[in-house]
Amino acid sequence: MTLAPYLPSLFGGIAIGLAASLMMVLNGRVAGVSGILSGLWRRTEAGPAANVAFVIGLVLGPSLYALVYGRLPEISVVASTPMLVIAGLLVGYGTRLGSGCTSGHGVVGLARLSPRSIVAVAVFLATAIGTVAIMRFAGAS
Amino acid sequence: MNGAQIVVAGLSGLIFGFGLALSGMLDPARVRGFLDVFGAWDPSLAFVLGGAVAAASIGVWLSRRLPRPAFDQSFHLPKSRTIDGKLVAGAAIFGVGWGMAGLCPGPAVASITLGVPATLLFLAAMLAGMAIHDRATIRFFHRDQPIRG
Repeated sequence: MTLAPYLPSLFGGIAIGLAASLMMVLNGRVAGVSGILSGLWRRTEAGPAANVAFVIGLVLGPSLYALVYGRLPEISVVASTPMLVIAGLLVGYGTRLGSGCTSGHGVVGLARLSPRSIVAVAVFLATAIGTVAIMRFAGAS
Repeated sequence: MNGAQIVVAGLSGLIFGFGLALSGMLDPARVRGFLDVFGAWDPSLAFVLGGAVAAASIGVWLSRRLPRPAFDQSFHLPKSRTIDGKLVAGAAIFGVGWGMAGLCPGPAVASITLGVPATLLFLAAMLAGMAIHDRATIRFFHRDQPIRG
């Protein structure tokens, strides 16, 4: 196995982790996207300004990529419209109920060796892998 | 909340979104490929998570050696170590949705720039799901106080 095809993934991951490190060391906060998004409407002591700034930065991120590489990343959506709506509702509700998603639990939580995050990551990876397997065998997309 | 914190948050979001675009995480087909362990497994996103956790560990290591963050009086990090039903149920529900669509919150927001209607639809549904949870929580469990955290 050669490592070369995986280098963009590795470097992209490192950029994500450095972004999380900046938030941790400079602002003392977890860079968790689901929590930051809900911070746009929840009343918090710090107010919404930093959350708004993070979200704007996140939206502009792919444009910075396009500036560097001369094109936006190409994506293909695999789910049907009803599936996208159901999946979106589940992701939104589940990440709030479970206090985090791939970034808060997956990146920062694992880096902090948080027992809650280790359990959360194991559970969401398991149900995600299970869901894809069931869809594969049921022939759904 | 001071100006420096807002600049840091914006910069962090920008680097985060750049990393998502570079890593392939914005592509639902790639994400589904990573989760398709019993089919045509694509291991590339394991490198994303590995690289991200390694780089985030630097920040965690530094933060544990600092009395306080550079631009705030104290750290605002989750202290709970209790593994409860909400954590497990929430993670389980999230995983089902993630597997169905191949999208999680970060990529859903970052792909606004790509202007793909399907991911915008997912984002709208996701925000609705979050709002449903937060409103229900306020109504049934925290009548007198806003949710903090």
